[in-house]
Amino acid sequence: MSVLVLAEYHKNTLSQATLCAVTAAKQLGEVTLLVAGQSVDDIAAQAAAVDGVSAVLQADNAAYADMLPENLSALLADIGKDYSHVIAAATTTGKDVMPRAAALLDSSQVSDVIAVENADTFVRPIYAGNAIATEQSSDAIKVLTIRSTGFDASAAEGGGAAITKIDNIHDLGVSNFVKDEVAESERPELTSASVIISGGRAMKNADNFKLLDGIADKLGAAIGASRAAVDEGFAPNDWQVGQTGKIVAPDLYIACGISGAIQHIAGIKDSKVIVAINSDPDAAIFEVADYGLVADLFEAVPELEAAL
Amino acid sequence: MKVLVPVKRVIDYNVKVRVNAEQSGVETKNVKMSINPFCEIAVEEAVRLKEAGVATEVVVVTVGEDVCQEQLRSAMALGADRGILVQTEHDAQPLGIAKALKAVVEKEQPELVVLGKQSIDGENNQVGQMLAALLGWPQGTFASNIDIADGKAQVTREVDGGLRTVALNMPAVVTTDLRLNEPRYAKLPNIMKAKKKPLDVFTAADLAVDLAPRVKTLKVVPPAERKAGIKVGSVAELVDKLKNEAKVIA
Repeated sequence: MSVLVLAEYHKNTLSQATLCAVTAAKQLGEVTLLVAGQSVDDIAAQAAAVDGVSAVLQADNAAYADMLPENLSALLADIGKDYSHVIAAATTTGKDVMPRAAALLDSSQVSDVIAVENADTFVRPIYAGNAIATEQSSDAIKVLTIRSTGFDASAAEGGGAAITKIDNIHDLGVSNFVKDEVAESERPELTSASVIISGGRAMKNADNFKLLDGIADKLGAAIGASRAAVDEGFAPNDWQVGQTGKIVAPDLYIACGISGAIQHIAGIKDSKVIVAINSDPDAAIFEVADYGLVADLFEAVPELEAAL
Repeated sequence: MKVLVPVKRVIDYNVKVRVNAEQSGVETKNVKMSINPFCEIAVEEAVRLKEAGVATEVVVVTVGEDVCQEQLRSAMALGADRGILVQTEHDAQPLGIAKALKAVVEKEQPELVVLGKQSIDGENNQVGQMLAALLGWPQGTFASNIDIADGKAQVTREVDGGLRTVALNMPAVVTTDLRLNEPRYAKLPNIMKAKKKPLDVFTAADLAVDLAPRVKTLKVVPPAERKAGIKVGSVAELVDKLKNEAKVIA
């Protein structure tokens, strides 16, 4: 078995989600990391150092500069035909590129894998995590996306894979990058944070979200939001935690003024400890919270900040 | 410009799904079925493009059993002009659906295909990307804004770090995220009118596509239950529990 894993990176650092995907890949066979982009020597070097990676392929070309799915999927399909499995993390990049690569390989894709049973059988949540399916693929090449919360990250150090530069260029010329609007933040990424504090509709407005800053500063936490809070414009879309937002599994998740819609709970239920602060004692969030505090968040949140 | 909108029939968003006794899937008997919410957003977007004079015709299509005509009618009640059902007995999977849609695209020659980013049942998030691949068209996935001008589709996408905007040559495939728009409610006169709109039915054989499933579901089980914990009486008690019992803060 040989496994090709698409490497993702942000600001010149190999992403945590890729390290989790490598862990899944190691359960299937020998792992090759594909680093595609422009001027990605640093990323290739980081990829080569990941524990358990056997080889690194570096596709360095302007065509891959913005991870445009049209070009990247063509590259994946070109190289991937020599592997038994083609894998990426189930990030928005992985979700964008991999089904396209799968179709080019005439393969199905198994999405959001949380456990590997064997070479062709995988476990994944369906219906917002209200059911867990075990699925078996009959395709020659298995294309998978890996949900990071299902696998620990592989160590970023300890490996010593050789880097091979490849010159397969696929430039379809049908799309181009216009701009990114990325909120710069000193806080950790939601999907890799060990503590998350989230606000819901009861935060009432965007200004009140600043109330969460103090606790986030003290605990080194990421800040999240429910879909309701994002839809109301209280918080940016990339803060959304839940079925259609980010799936998280921190050590500590603190939900402030979040009622606990099933779609939100689907995104947090693998957290180690869940704390809920809500003024409604019947809120559904209390059914999954380890520690519930029935209180007005505008009193309890500042009090909690002071107590930490 | 013709817009094609593929839609899917799914268990209604508000139904709490339960795994069936055979552990082969979820209970679907006597359960309310609806258009997948992301598909509804796609229909709304296409109808708005028509209302804005950008699109000339909105065609909805679904791949499934005869009962899926209900969802085509619902989409037509929201403003789509006509419907196409690709009939199949199989529980069609994303790659098969994408192949069927490709055949419909070749028949209909739309300049834009707008569809939901994922369905809330299988949650595969694959069909739009697969269709774009098979057609060799560009794709704009997880869209929160679409602007059509000068033969290009400028699409703002919801991505992990924030927003990304791409420009796509037309024809193109766009998949919708939640915040693209808020779909309207169908008005009664429009529901009545929708019943008279044209609806064509094809079989997979008519379109010469293979819809046989490639992925087999071996079993479906309920998720591990997370038990409710305790209620604490004060912030002080909460902090004490987090420090000394759960040991998640120092």
